[in-house]
Amino acid sequence: MRVVRHWSVRHARGMMRVYRLVEAVLFLFRPIAKRIRGRALERPVAVIEHGVKGFLIDCTMCGQCALSHTGMSCPMNCPKSLRNGPCGGVRPDGNCVVKPEMRCVWVEAWAGAQAMTDPDDILAVQRPVDHTRIGSSSWLRVADEGASGTVWQRPDPEPERET
Amino acid sequence: MTGPGDRFDAAEPLPPQPGHSSNGRLERVLRSGRFAVTAELNPPDSADPRDVYERAMVLSDVCDAINATDASGANVHMSSIGISALLARAGYASVMQVSCRDRNRIAIQGDVLGAAAMGVSNVLCLTGDGVQVGDQPDAKPVFDFDSISLLETLRQMRDQGKFLSGRTITSPPNIFLGAASNPFVPPLDFRPLRLAKKVAAGAQFIQTNYCFDMPVFERFMAKIRELGVHEHCFILVGVGPLASARAARWMRTNVPGIHIPDAVIARLEGAEDQKREGRKLCTELIQQIREIEGVAGVHVMAYRQEELVASIVEDSGVLRDRRLKAQAGEPRRRRERKATDESD
Repeated sequence: MRVVRHWSVRHARGMMRVYRLVEAVLFLFRPIAKRIRGRALERPVAVIEHGVKGFLIDCTMCGQCALSHTGMSCPMNCPKSLRNGPCGGVRPDGNCVVKPEMRCVWVEAWAGAQAMTDPDDILAVQRPVDHTRIGSSSWLRVADEGASGTVWQRPDPEPERET
Repeated sequence: MTGPGDRFDAAEPLPPQPGHSSNGRLERVLRSGRFAVTAELNPPDSADPRDVYERAMVLSDVCDAINATDASGANVHMSSIGISALLARAGYASVMQVSCRDRNRIAIQGDVLGAAAMGVSNVLCLTGDGVQVGDQPDAKPVFDFDSISLLETLRQMRDQGKFLSGRTITSPPNIFLGAASNPFVPPLDFRPLRLAKKVAAGAQFIQTNYCFDMPVFERFMAKIRELGVHEHCFILVGVGPLASARAARWMRTNVPGIHIPDAVIARLEGAEDQKREGRKLCTELIQQIREIEGVAGVHVMAYRQEELVASIVEDSGVLRDRRLKAQAGEPRRRRERKATDESD
């Protein structure tokens, strides 16, 4: 459903609001999420999540959603599953080097990121995909751990900039 | 570490110089503020080391390191680790390219340790072309890492002495880390930021795709300078001779990520000797690129025209006077030398 996926990116700001709202609600369910995670009840949650996100963003259930950092364009739709930006092969018309008929998900992501509340989130380095999480529910993970769990944590972070 | 009282062991490799990540020539040339030249070796479809040495020989006189490609274009050739090890054995410096397409995190981390043990000093972290563009599109694409998570991992291995899992490495690899950048494909305004992201993830040198479009490249470099990224990495700009207008058109359509403006193709078409014109264009580009603030060198990719590399680099003059233009007092010294040359 590329039409819906592209609609979602074009409305990245609105989608982001919904996303944040869902995140806040999920956080309220944290105690329940902690109990469900990794058990039999995770399955129906994952099925519902796949239904909703599959419709909106062509979700592949990687179990480590980074959408809030990628302008609402799912990086797992990239044929090289790039999670940190576009490869150097993007065609002059902005389409994918591997699938010429598809728009590059990172060209979409970059456009989506401009509409986000924090456009710099796209510059955070995402960890490589954790293959043990594939198929699991990102919602339960976010409820349990928070949304930024996919970002690479360096051992010596640079000192916080003064505000 | 060797202390003052310890006996010197000639078999033991020396630690890198203070502030250096590797023992390699490329890093030393770049850190000394000299204009660096690297070149790409066309990997043989053979198991004969002589094929590597023959190809390295024509490049070695004019370059500081030779790039060993990792099945570029998703076509099988001798591996980059094999070529790099052979080059190290013969005393050549190599840039070992590592693509994420064919190996997972377990294989890559092990290969980098093995390569460093065999004397490889420079590693270029690439995502790699999709399997679909090569001659075996039915292969399984791995892409366990992408270029940036690969950079983070290799930096962690070197600087923290730990694998991605956190397990300790007893002797971390002394490697100078590189990454690629393509300033010429969409989304153009994301490209400088993506380069900055790679530098933040550990890239110390950058090799770009072919540069045939100076206005686009100058806009890219203006943004790089605005961000200050060029102060945290060494940027080597990709160049190469075009054999003919037909070859240029073919590359533009069939090789991923190649941007050649129509004006360049028209210039080749209008020339009497297209091959010669392609060579001349490459020399001119090197001279123009060298004038740009923030550029630290060039990376010459002369696919199937490797024999031209030496003369192109010589003609460009970058080796005659390796100091960067930005360094004080340089123009005067050059004028003096010219004056003495003329008096000979």
